[in-house]
Amino acid sequence: MTPVVKIEEIHKIYDSGEVPVHAVRGVSLEIVKGEFVALMGASGSGKSTLMNLLGCLDRPTRGRFYLDGIDISQLDKNELADLRNQKLGFVFQGFNLLARTTALENVELPMLYGRHRRMSGSQIRDRAMECLDAVGLGNRADHFPNQLSGGQQQRVAIARALVNHPQVLLADEPTGNLDSKTSVEVMGVFQKLNASGITIVMVTHELDIAHYCKRNLILRDGVVVRDEFVKDRSIAESELGKLRAAEAAAKLTAAPAA
Amino acid sequence: MRFTNTLLVALRALRRNKMRSVLTALGIIIGIGAVITIVSMGNGAKARVEAQVAALGQNIITVYPGSFSSGGMRGGFGSSATLTVEDAEAIAAEIEDIDGVSPEVRDRNQVLANGLNWNTSVNGESPDYPYIKNWPIVQGAMFSDQDVKSLAKVCVIGKTVVDQLFPNEDPIGQTLRIRNLPFRVVGVLDVKGFSLFGSDQDDVVIIPYTSHMRRVSRRANISSILVQGASPEKLDVVKQRIEDLLTQRRRGREPDFTVRTQEEIAQTATETSKTMTLLLGGIAVVSLIVGGIGVMNIMLVSVTERTREIGIRLAIGAHGRDVLTQFLIEAVLLSVLGGVLGILCGVGASEFASAYFGMPTLVSPGSIVAAVGFSTAIGVFFGFYPARKAAQLDPIEALRYE
Ligand SMILES: Nc1ncnc2c1ncn2[C@@H]1O[C@H](COP(=O)(O)OP(=O)(O)O)[C@@H](O)[C@H]1O
Ligand SMILES: [Mg+2]
Repeated sequence: MTPVVKIEEIHKIYDSGEVPVHAVRGVSLEIVKGEFVALMGASGSGKSTLMNLLGCLDRPTRGRFYLDGIDISQLDKNELADLRNQKLGFVFQGFNLLARTTALENVELPMLYGRHRRMSGSQIRDRAMECLDAVGLGNRADHFPNQLSGGQQQRVAIARALVNHPQVLLADEPTGNLDSKTSVEVMGVFQKLNASGITIVMVTHELDIAHYCKRNLILRDGVVVRDEFVKDRSIAESELGKLRAAEAAAKLTAAPAA
Repeated sequence: MRFTNTLLVALRALRRNKMRSVLTALGIIIGIGAVITIVSMGNGAKARVEAQVAALGQNIITVYPGSFSSGGMRGGFGSSATLTVEDAEAIAAEIEDIDGVSPEVRDRNQVLANGLNWNTSVNGESPDYPYIKNWPIVQGAMFSDQDVKSLAKVCVIGKTVVDQLFPNEDPIGQTLRIRNLPFRVVGVLDVKGFSLFGSDQDDVVIIPYTSHMRRVSRRANISSILVQGASPEKLDVVKQRIEDLLTQRRRGREPDFTVRTQEEIAQTATETSKTMTLLLGGIAVVSLIVGGIGVMNIMLVSVTERTREIGIRLAIGAHGRDVLTQFLIEAVLLSVLGGVLGILCGVGASEFASAYFGMPTLVSPGSIVAAVGFSTAIGVFFGFYPARKAAQLDPIEALRYE
């Protein structure tokens, strides 16, 4: 089986500043369909840089990158944009939803670009609703981002990333702005999506969050220093169950005192 | 299909920023509104002038003394009074396709009647005068050719003179005195109102030109010759014939006369209102350009403010061209929206001006078409730079933008 993502000795050097920054120094990696990878490392270790490369938002200074077997160094700007539109889904740390735009319209956005232009208005709407349902927000379609909680906004962002049936879902610190319970909920959504066959690569610097993934990669100074499969990974469903039970208990014990 | 999507995207973006959209369009609304209002006022003024010109009479050719060459004034317009009654008689006798001739002698005099005293224009004319000027006699009748031959002391008078000298009586048959000579009133002219140049046309006493020259002003020359052309088509030919005849009569002397058709006189009159319209129109166009720069300014601010939005769009697969089109469409929509509202405002303001201030206005379809075209052009022109700026953003940089 061809790997969905295959990178060979990839380097990224930023030379916009006074001194060139060698942010990624020769990373090789293969990710096959159905994997759920956490990219970890300290701040400044090159995680976001690597994600931008994987997401075809940026080009490597050196090295090769095949996405779904396609050598991306051969593609021009617009072809890269189409690739991002068709094969990749993005979830950002800051949600990056369009303000004053309903959840549904935010989710419709990727379908307004790229090859999906052949879809009719109602088809676009239906598909967006389907994805909102998949992340459990079907009843919030008409809400604006400022009417949604952080976790809900992130789920809208995930729905948006899913609409075009991507090969890979890329998420840069998707739980970075969320509290621990909401983080677990978002990880639950990821696990469900992964179980349905979607490949996910996400960045996190939280060990417990990484433990919900199937494979952990650790980056230090632009090189992968560890690559291992997670044993006994956490299951969001049961963790949430435990959390809820604990909350209920806290309320029970707190109630008489109040 | 892709365009429809972009249109949808642009509409959604405008809807998201209603207040800003309206304020942006305001510049265009005011600009287009001003242009429409001013142009329709100008057209209205022009129509009024044209009506006044038509009221002067039709197909009239006027011969003035003094030459008026294309190189500028020569001898001074009307300064050398060398036009004679014989010239007028020659025109009447020899030129074809004319319906009437009136040698004119103009003067101002103190006129007395009933112990009242009035300073007015006393003009010598031929009996053709009311016909040429399309100016009916409403009471009594015009004096006759016989009166001209006999240097009769008769006159027809305008409404203002009637009001001043015969306030409470029938003026027909009454006598008024010009330079102490008694003139019998034989007719009263219809009310004509003010002329193009603002003088009261009804403030006039008309007597036979012969009487004027021999008895009142004692002049050998006439002020001008009015000629009624038989048809508008032949007017230029008649004008040429008159010029030829008079030149021939001068026997090689410098031409000391000028022949003007009604049309040429009307042109001079409309020139003024045209200049005014042009001037005000210019100001309106400047305000339109300012409005356009307003659109550009807001679009530029919008591009900076929406850098993140642009980053998101580019990240999820928008091409640079999609972003360019989106921002262009936004700018054009704003301008066209402003244009349409501006047209409504302009038409409204014109209606208001004519309803409440009695200003003549005439909304021309041409100005509306031009306004729509112009506002679209403004949208494209002033929207392009910000749109291109947006399209050239780098997705990562744009996403990182705070
Ligand atoms: N656009 C850029 N220009 C210059 N240096 C950059 C740029 N982006 C990131 N870097 C540098 O590259 C290194 C890796 O950054 P990054 O990939 O954002 O790390 P992480 O996401 O792991 O915190 C850092 O030293 C950072 O300063
Ligand atoms: Mg980072």
